[in-house]
Amino acid sequence: MTKQAGPRTGPGPARTRRRSRPLTRNRSPYPYWLYLPAGAVFLLIFLVPTGLAFYFSLTRWTLFDSTFVGLENFRDFLAEQNLRVGFQNTLVYAVLTSGLKVVLGLGLGVLLTGRLRLRGFLRAVVFFPVLVSTVAVGITFSALLRPDTGLVNRALAVVGISGPDWLGDATTALLSVGLVDVWAGVGLATVIYIAGILSIPQDYYQAVAVDGGTAWHRFRHVTLPLSWPATYSVIILSLIGGLRSFEFVWTMTRGGPGFSSDVIASIIYKQYQAGFFGLSTAGNVLLFLIVTALVLPLNHFLGRRQVT
Amino acid sequence: MRSLKRAGAEGVVLLLATVIFLVPFSFMVLTAVKDDVQSADLDFAWPTNWPIVQNLVEVIEARDYILLRAFVNSIILTVASVTLIVIAGAMAAFVLQRRPGRVGAVANFLVLTGLIVPPAVVPTIWLLQAIGLFKTLPGLVLVEVAFGLAYAMLLFRAFIAAIPRELDQAAMMDGCGGLSLFFRVIFPLLRPVTITVVLTSSVRVFNDFVNPLYFLPGDDNATVQVTLYNFQSQYSTQWNLLFMDIVLITIPPLLAFVFFNRKIVAGMTAGSIKG
Repeated sequence: MTKQAGPRTGPGPARTRRRSRPLTRNRSPYPYWLYLPAGAVFLLIFLVPTGLAFYFSLTRWTLFDSTFVGLENFRDFLAEQNLRVGFQNTLVYAVLTSGLKVVLGLGLGVLLTGRLRLRGFLRAVVFFPVLVSTVAVGITFSALLRPDTGLVNRALAVVGISGPDWLGDATTALLSVGLVDVWAGVGLATVIYIAGILSIPQDYYQAVAVDGGTAWHRFRHVTLPLSWPATYSVIILSLIGGLRSFEFVWTMTRGGPGFSSDVIASIIYKQYQAGFFGLSTAGNVLLFLIVTALVLPLNHFLGRRQVT
Repeated sequence: MRSLKRAGAEGVVLLLATVIFLVPFSFMVLTAVKDDVQSADLDFAWPTNWPIVQNLVEVIEARDYILLRAFVNSIILTVASVTLIVIAGAMAAFVLQRRPGRVGAVANFLVLTGLIVPPAVVPTIWLLQAIGLFKTLPGLVLVEVAFGLAYAMLLFRAFIAAIPRELDQAAMMDGCGGLSLFFRVIFPLLRPVTITVVLTSSVRVFNDFVNPLYFLPGDDNATVQVTLYNFQSQYSTQWNLLFMDIVLITIPPLLAFVFFNRKIVAGMTAGSIKG
């Protein structure tokens, strides 16, 4: 590189030295226009609507014309009881599902990297729900969770417990939907944990064995801290998914009974169906703000812990 | 003694996993092959009749073969979206990984945005309507591509980072420019991660319910998931047909799972951890 003097040595030698400045601009092997197809679609279908949402959320909107109403939509969202309940539910749902996915995913991950026979079979069984569509899972569980005839309550009746009307009772509806979400999504968390645990060098486990540590020591001082990157991925992924969740709520309860299991995403759809496009978009903006306000600091915080 | 305890624990775990994860699936299949009277019980009893073929024919013929049309729509949607996601995503991830700088920083930020930000639904409908693509299959393809790109780019970028730059330089010595360098040298090397992206994106798009519900309403171009959703209210008394439908539309992802199980899991985890 230093043999030739500076960039102004003529076109001949510079052709082989791609680092020289004036030439990289035109002839980089990594031209920026490779971004073009992805960038164009992303800009048009994602970024522009996201930007427009901020304006349209401030209007009363019929898709054909819009009247500016200021913050009225947001005020409606925060003032009306059946809209406000959506916030609370969204947060409860997201925290509940991602918490359970971390705990169960880690547990299953430890189990399925152990010396269990039938390990392959169990991995497949746990991962399979990830591949079934949410609508199919929703319909199946609405049948299984029926109050009198449902399989879950019949099983509970055998051991003498009379189960509640899981999806029809305002106190259990959201919880039940969340548990179905965990059932369907824990396979992905488990797979992430399996990969994380398998990438821990065996030396650490040997060191614990030399010190005469128990299985609990192995878990507490090696597996748990060293699978942190997996925990980080599972928390972020399932929190984002949980905050946006719509499909399970919609296929199992449609937000009911009443508004007791409505989440922000289902309210957005209901307002859209009812033709309140401005209000629906305001819901979208609020969801955007909530997701950003929760996920960005968490990402920062968890990412910092990962380094240390 | 310890091995006995171990075998006991294994048995318990196996039993629990089987009950929790397999019972719902066996329930789907069992209900799908019962007659309509028995299926209304929604229980776990063994079928007394086995009208499998009859249920199958009835589901397919329902509402003027809507399920077949939905399958065609879903397959077109999946193939088109995934092709675009793979090509556009890999190209962009290649530049993103190889060329840091201000543009790269912006692109990185946009990938993060695409992963986190929930899409603004009604403005997207408005925009699609403005360019004449609302309620059309190409419009939905663009939507699926826009929403799926960020994740694909994340996987591709992690994989490209492991391809040495010396290879690019060697290819350039041989006269490869940007496009031919990418398509003739880099893209073939991405095969393992491409398989992962193809499979995860196909399952996601094929199983997608929300986007078709918003962006492709109407019976003419329904996708399989929307059909299932509509059958739910229509077949409230014919559970056998509803569950036959569920079984039918679960077959494509199931096949993907059976054939590529190991590859999906390996590639996906590599990407998620490196993130």
